[in-house]
Amino acid sequence: MSRLVPHPLLSAALVVMWLFLTAFTLGHLLLGTLIALGAGWSVEHLHPPKPVFRRWLAIPKLMAIVAVDILRSNITVARVLVLGPDHPKYHSGFVELTLRMRDPNAIAVLAIILTGTPGTAWIEFDQEESRLLLHVLDLRSDDDWQSLIRDRYETLLMEIFE
Amino acid sequence: MTHLEQLPPWAAIIVALFVAIGATLTLLGGVGLVRLKSFYQRLHAPTLGYSYGTLLIILASMLLFSLSEKRPVVHELMIGIFIMITTPITLLMLGRAALRRDRDRKLGHDEVVPPRNRAEPPTEAETEDPQP
Repeated sequence: MSRLVPHPLLSAALVVMWLFLTAFTLGHLLLGTLIALGAGWSVEHLHPPKPVFRRWLAIPKLMAIVAVDILRSNITVARVLVLGPDHPKYHSGFVELTLRMRDPNAIAVLAIILTGTPGTAWIEFDQEESRLLLHVLDLRSDDDWQSLIRDRYETLLMEIFE
Repeated sequence: MTHLEQLPPWAAIIVALFVAIGATLTLLGGVGLVRLKSFYQRLHAPTLGYSYGTLLIILASMLLFSLSEKRPVVHELMIGIFIMITTPITLLMLGRAALRRDRDRKLGHDEVVPPRNRAEPPTEAETEDPQP
């Protein structure tokens, strides 16, 4: 199983994608499976750290929180853009945080979340010291961001991955 | 455009709303690229189109074609997944490249960049004064 299909989740997702984008026929099922297996083998040669999902139930919860946060952030950033960057109420700046997570996949998901949120941009991550540099468009205070990321995302991500 | 007339009014309203809001967000992101002042601020603008701009337009498209073709159309989810995976990589690379440039040499830039924190052997950046 693991020799032939090193990444079963990835390969299954690729087969489903192939069938979505083409039509559901036996030929496409075979072709899609071949391509998905090939992709799994080539990914295996890159030696990525394998994600281990410890708690599946936390994933929908995280997605819901992220969806709401991104919506709120969209509204905030849209307001900043309409009022103009020179408006005295807003000022942007860098924030430094320390992460407790060590799992590279969890950190990658956090990077996607923070980049996808308008108003926060992931600038640099120091793996040795777990220091994260963020740029925030509508900055209030540093403490808010440290606790916001720790309580809202990091706890859930650690539940899922670690 | 005959198939559009068969659309129930509630669906037409939802589709129109989603497309209009999504397109407005994306346009605002584009405007932000022009209006914002520094490179790091500009990194935030396109994410409007990346997040809810894309999501709303995808949802509207899925709803419209699912109803008019009378079968679930979910191809658009692929667009969403690929945009979700690829955009952070570009933004991350741009951000890091800008940070590296601003730390090494100040090119008359507008925002103060935090220095490197890790204890490093003194490099030429610390020994010599940056000349403007």
